[in-house]
Amino acid sequence: MKRLLDIAFPLFVAVLVLAAWEITVAVKQVPPYILPAPSAIAAALAQNWASLSASMLVTITVTLQGFFGALVAAVLLAILFSQSRLAERALYPYAVILQVTPMVAIAPLILIWVGFDYIDRALALIAGMIAFFPILSNAVQGLKSADFNLLDLTWLYGASRWQTLVKVQLPSALPALLTGMKVGGVIALIGEVTAEFAAGSGTASGLAWRIVESGNRLEIATLFAALALLALTGILFFAALSLLEWALLRRWHESAMARY
Amino acid sequence: MSELLAAKNLTKRFPDGVEALADLSFSLNSGDFVSLLGPSGCGKSTALRIMSGLLAPDGGTVSFSGGRPEMGFVFQEPTLMPWADAQTNARLPLDLKHVARGEADARAAAALARVGLKGFERALPRELSGGMKMRVSIARALAAKPKLLLLDEPFAALDEITRAALNDDLLRLWHEDHLTIIFVTHSVAESCYLSERVLVMTPRPGRLAADIALPKQTERAPGFRLAPQFLDCQRRVSCALGTA
Repeated sequence: MKRLLDIAFPLFVAVLVLAAWEITVAVKQVPPYILPAPSAIAAALAQNWASLSASMLVTITVTLQGFFGALVAAVLLAILFSQSRLAERALYPYAVILQVTPMVAIAPLILIWVGFDYIDRALALIAGMIAFFPILSNAVQGLKSADFNLLDLTWLYGASRWQTLVKVQLPSALPALLTGMKVGGVIALIGEVTAEFAAGSGTASGLAWRIVESGNRLEIATLFAALALLALTGILFFAALSLLEWALLRRWHESAMARY
Repeated sequence: MSELLAAKNLTKRFPDGVEALADLSFSLNSGDFVSLLGPSGCGKSTALRIMSGLLAPDGGTVSFSGGRPEMGFVFQEPTLMPWADAQTNARLPLDLKHVARGEADARAAAALARVGLKGFERALPRELSGGMKMRVSIARALAAKPKLLLLDEPFAALDEITRAALNDDLLRLWHEDHLTIIFVTHSVAESCYLSERVLVMTPRPGRLAADIALPKQTERAPGFRLAPQFLDCQRRVSCALGTA
């Protein structure tokens, strides 16, 4: 019953808002190039479904490429930091610089370097660069959070660095790493959208570009349809990562456990 | 009994200036059950960590006749891997020593059974009570078949009833496995109940205040906990602690 209400209440709010929106647009006769009615947006979505869904696929693919690239790079670097204080001291400041520099500012440069012939690669790279830092900082934090006594125990039993890493440090890092992945996954999508905006006309073919294009043509209903799909993409990313977190942690970590 | 371990003139000062140990010396025979007793912060844990090799002393030596023996270490907290079940936790030392999986599983399960946790092999730490978690921790130490078992106030956080049960289990395991045990505690009663010898340490910086021999376990009256003999032991140890 409680679950049913958890779904019913938000749904009820959505219906209420959409109805109010539809009625307001009709009564006030708002022009469709300013604010189209929800019904018009649904119609635009159905009408442009083939091209919009293709764009959504591009956005998802590119974002995933960037995200997984960032994940692998960040985890490897975090492991390097955990093994070598020297490497951490030498390289961590640059990871921070990478983070505090707004990626939009670097996007044109990356687009030129990678080349407009490989636009998807450039977009994935920008998305990955943005997702990189939250994953790195959380993974570093996680690797450091292993129980000191457990680490002492591995030493007592003559464990190699590799054994200690695999048996104790990596599992200890998992909760923090998954938090970083959740933040990074959503940010990667923001990065991808930003990169598409920066890439500009004729090259990008994802949802963000469809928003720019529809805006230029004053096809505001299509713009809203693309926006809705972009929101849906973000929700899918977050839901998938939350599900992964739940699946991996629910048996043992407080953050994912049910309480009775 | 042959000498197992000799600690000579151990000193330790931590980087923050705290002097933990000042000239601590003692020796242990194989098969001893020795308590290391002293007020909080007197360097008992530091001494134990130095003996295990986890910590290097600033001065002095720890030497083992016959080479460094296989050691087990039990901390004040159970220190289990929360993501792994009881058997996997007990198996950790064997995994780290590359013991074949089948044999390691069998030995870990046997160690769990010996501490009374048969049937809890698949339980995660969060599903176990404080006392049971400590039992897993002891099973893990036993799984590697140690000669020397080092325990750092292992039962301090447990309730009286659980602690009494674990004390008796520890005595049984010591007897069955011919272990040598160093047991750090700040409980006079616990040290008197368990050990045949109590090393009393002075407040920080720790040095040896008294080395008290207690009746052998085999010579103790039945129902030792309630016997006058037990009270007498506690009186002697308390006096030594009072003048330390």
